[in-house]
Amino acid sequence: MKQKKRLSAFEVCLYLVFGVLAAVTLYPFYNVLIVSLSNTVTSARYSPYLYPHVFDLTGYRAIVRDVYFFKSLATTLFVTAVGTSMNMAFSVVAAYVLSRKRLMGRGALLGAILFTMLFSGGLIPTYLVICDLGLDNTVWSMILPTMISTYYLIIMKNYFAGIPASLEEAARIDGANDAVILTRIFVPISKPFMATFALFYAVERWNGWWEAFLYINKKDIKPLQIYLRDILVSFNTQLGSQAQSVMTGGKVFVQSVQMAAIVVTMVPILCLYPFLQKYFVKGVMIGSVKE
Amino acid sequence: MKRKKRKSATALCGWQKRLRNDWILYAMLLPILLWYLIFCYLPMGGITLAFRNYRYDMGLWRSPWVGLAHFRTMFSDAEFWRAFKNTLIFSAGKLLFHFPVPIFVAILLNEIRHPPVKKFFQTVFTFPHFISWVVLSGILINMFASNGIVNQLLGALGWGQVAPLMSLDSFRPFIWSSNIWKEFGWDSIIYMAALTSIDPQLYEAADIDGAGRLQKMLYITWPGIRGTVCVMLILQIGGIMSGASFDQIFNLYSSPVYPVADIIDTYVYRQSFMVGTNFGYTTAIGLLKSVIGVVMICGANRITARLGEDGLF
Repeated sequence: MKQKKRLSAFEVCLYLVFGVLAAVTLYPFYNVLIVSLSNTVTSARYSPYLYPHVFDLTGYRAIVRDVYFFKSLATTLFVTAVGTSMNMAFSVVAAYVLSRKRLMGRGALLGAILFTMLFSGGLIPTYLVICDLGLDNTVWSMILPTMISTYYLIIMKNYFAGIPASLEEAARIDGANDAVILTRIFVPISKPFMATFALFYAVERWNGWWEAFLYINKKDIKPLQIYLRDILVSFNTQLGSQAQSVMTGGKVFVQSVQMAAIVVTMVPILCLYPFLQKYFVKGVMIGSVKE
Repeated sequence: MKRKKRKSATALCGWQKRLRNDWILYAMLLPILLWYLIFCYLPMGGITLAFRNYRYDMGLWRSPWVGLAHFRTMFSDAEFWRAFKNTLIFSAGKLLFHFPVPIFVAILLNEIRHPPVKKFFQTVFTFPHFISWVVLSGILINMFASNGIVNQLLGALGWGQVAPLMSLDSFRPFIWSSNIWKEFGWDSIIYMAALTSIDPQLYEAADIDGAGRLQKMLYITWPGIRGTVCVMLILQIGGIMSGASFDQIFNLYSSPVYPVADIIDTYVYRQSFMVGTNFGYTTAIGLLKSVIGVVMICGANRITARLGEDGLF
């Protein structure tokens, strides 16, 4: 039934332009992949651009031989798993409480919370407070300071405020208290919505590097992003000397190790992306709806 | 009206009773409050450091007061003013070059009549948004290295080598364009959302009247997103103190390009942790930046409200 519409000249141009734009957007990632799979000596002379000239896994081999890679991976997995759970727990509870109209001082509380989006202590006071709390050089410095994203909290609060009050009233008549109402009614009925924010939080935790950069000196608990950054910027990790001994050359040959590290760091996001993609449009659109 | 009155009456005579009846709700609130107090409001209190000379032995709360000394130093600090100027330049460039891109992309994506194709492009364009600047800068530095793909292609074409990350002339354009690469797909989502709310009947009616594609874009599509564009524009102006992201600059710059690359955030970081300037001084710089930022955002919000659009808060 559906008649195939013929493409006009305009549409052909449109597809062409977008096709080129898509290729330009994705090519850098593809380039990283092929460099990481290339022989280091050849790619130092001429960089591969469509496929690896000489297929070689030295880069990946150097990384999996490095014990600090696995340590940093473990740190990042811990921070992502625990951090995201705590992000969600705190945000959901906060969103629920703040969406209850009967909460005393609700307006003032909301104002105080919104204010933190506009104004913050800034780098040094925050740094000193975190250090005073003894959080520096612990994994908690990567989890606690970012535990609530006020932006997400407000969106969740607006969403909870939109859930019909009759649901809550019915549960209350049956003797349910707030904790039960939240965990048995609000959370189950807003699962897809929750998934959106869990994914956003997870990506942020995975990509997080700044807190670690600032607070963590211990090599054992540096996250993956910092591990990668060390390889990229200064190449001063344990891997440095290891990789150099694996390969014969000077700094230039380090390239495929660096690119392999980039690929490894991106893989989880790539795996998560189809799910993210399903939800992010929704997330942004909900975000633009105000109370 | 009546309900309001009753509410305040109960609040007056029995807030303790309400607290007792609702203790679970307030127990749930407690950890949230604590978190905001410790991780947001305590550092805000720590801003007093801007008026103190930080001493390691005395800490954040007991260091000696110096009044406005840090602010006086700031006004004669050429490097600070350079960073201030660069911050504004990055914002202006973002407004000029970056801001229109997602609007055009959204309008043109809207012209694609096949939903799967539209979705495919949107998926591709949004991808870089989810990758951190640590990774992206690694990719870019590799591509623009002397033996990277870009210089190799230029060499094949017989042109000279480029090193945009090391050049005073091209560092800023490089920052703008790489940020467009990362964010244009993501930024266009908000406009796409606005476009879906346009009534399709308008387009049908225009078809019947014999309107061309350009006319439909100009008289239906554009008015449909103009409000959103206005709000985003004002937000952008409000965020003038954060036109370039710290993550991006910090992972891409190096000392040869400091004169054009250094922004307030990177300057504060370097002074605090690498140069070893007094924490009080860098806190003062941070405070000035925050205050200007708040004033700009509140001003922008006021203007949005005056234009009849929904404000931010």
